Amino acid sequence: MSATYRFTVNGRPAEVQGPPMARLLDVLRRDLGLTGSKEGCGEGECGACTVLLGGEAVCSCLVPLFQVEGASITTIEGIAPSDKVTELQRVFANEGGAQCGACTPGMIVTLKALLDRHPTPTREQVREYASGTLCRCTGYERIFRAIEVLTGQRSSECEPEGGPRS
Amino acid sequence: MTLSWSPKTLAEAREALIQGATKVAGSTDLLVVDHATGSVRDSVLNVLGIEELQGIRVEADQLSIGASSTFTRIRESAEVAKHAPLLKDAARTIGAAQIQNRATIGGNIANASPAGDSLPALLALGALIVVSGPRERRIVPYNAFHTAYRKTVLGPDELIERILIPLPAPAVQVFRKVGTREAQAISKVVVAFASDRLDHRILANVRLAMGSVAAVPVRLHEVEILIEDNPLTPELAARAAALVAKSITPIDDVRSTAEYRRHVAGQVVRRLLLDLLAAPPA
Repeated sequence: MSATYRFTVNGRPAEVQGPPMARLLDVLRRDLGLTGSKEGCGEGECGACTVLLGGEAVCSCLVPLFQVEGASITTIEGIAPSDKVTELQRVFANEGGAQCGACTPGMIVTLKALLDRHPTPTREQVREYASGTLCRCTGYERIFRAIEVLTGQRSSECEPEGGPRS
Repeated sequence: MTLSWSPKTLAEAREALIQGATKVAGSTDLLVVDHATGSVRDSVLNVLGIEELQGIRVEADQLSIGASSTFTRIRESAEVAKHAPLLKDAARTIGAAQIQNRATIGGNIANASPAGDSLPALLALGALIVVSGPRERRIVPYNAFHTAYRKTVLGPDELIERILIPLPAPAVQVFRKVGTREAQAISKVVVAFASDRLDHRILANVRLAMGSVAAVPVRLHEVEILIEDNPLTPELAARAAALVAKSITPIDDVRSTAEYRRHVAGQVVRRLLLDLLAAPPA
């Protein structure tokens, strides 16, 4: 049994037919072709599927379709469009905040939510926010540095190879 | 047949409740289970938009918390910080930002996991639960809400409307959680302690509640009486720890063992009392 639900994704209207308890993650990936959000654990622990729902970071694997009726959703594709490199992406690349890449979309979305609320977050705030997105490569230190470089709290210790790619 | 309801008021929710629609709040537990078991729900009720379940405010002699308040709203609430720091401290430990932005206090109660982190805090604060059904509204003391493992007094056509915390709240409020790691772990043992303090060594109206140590969140009445009847000393802290270990009925499960929980629950209480002894009232 399915019904039609309407909402906004990355500023564009979307209309999806599906069961009310379909997971937003599956709707984004299968129905809307937005495969930037990844499925890690499917239990709300790893954060790889994080999107913004009404501006707040949520695990899209735990949001049922019927509850996003009328809502505004931003995915990694909306935060980091493929035709340009944002400052947040640039510092992640330069400071080594992205390594294997599995957590990176979720991490960028999570930290975007933090930066929207706290433009100059303390390390404690970054630590707490990033704790909801598991990264097994960086040990998080490089991610913290990337945010501190971005927000002018630290100067970069890394030499970008040939400058940022764009 | 209506598949999904998203009412704005309790009156509009009435039909869905009568038809037995599944009540859905933040969905942080429900969708995990549904996805794992492949279950499909024919009719669902979104409680997040219902006005009567929203907002956190002080009304006369109580702190009134809407059931659909997320743990982010709770931990950011000035009223909660002022009157129920125990609940604020519990809210901070529930998952990370992504979970706190969705998970609600009403959902934590209705889901009725013995490991629910806000539940011992509500027991220690003497909370009352406002339950609404299609015909009537009733108030249930929270200590009578859970009847057995994952069972509650909530009828299929009822929902949790608000949580009331009587004021003035206890002067001493302490929350402790033991998990596998510091960040977003499901608890092995969770402890909530509240009391008044008559002087440095004399505690009154002691309420000691624990989660993950029995089939439901529990108050430890014998330990409370022991602490009320004796001046606070290192010896009392040790006696309380021993009595805690005897009073709880933990199990071996995926997160821990009964033996570990017995030991740690006692030690958490011992240290908590020693910390109170080391910190005289202001």
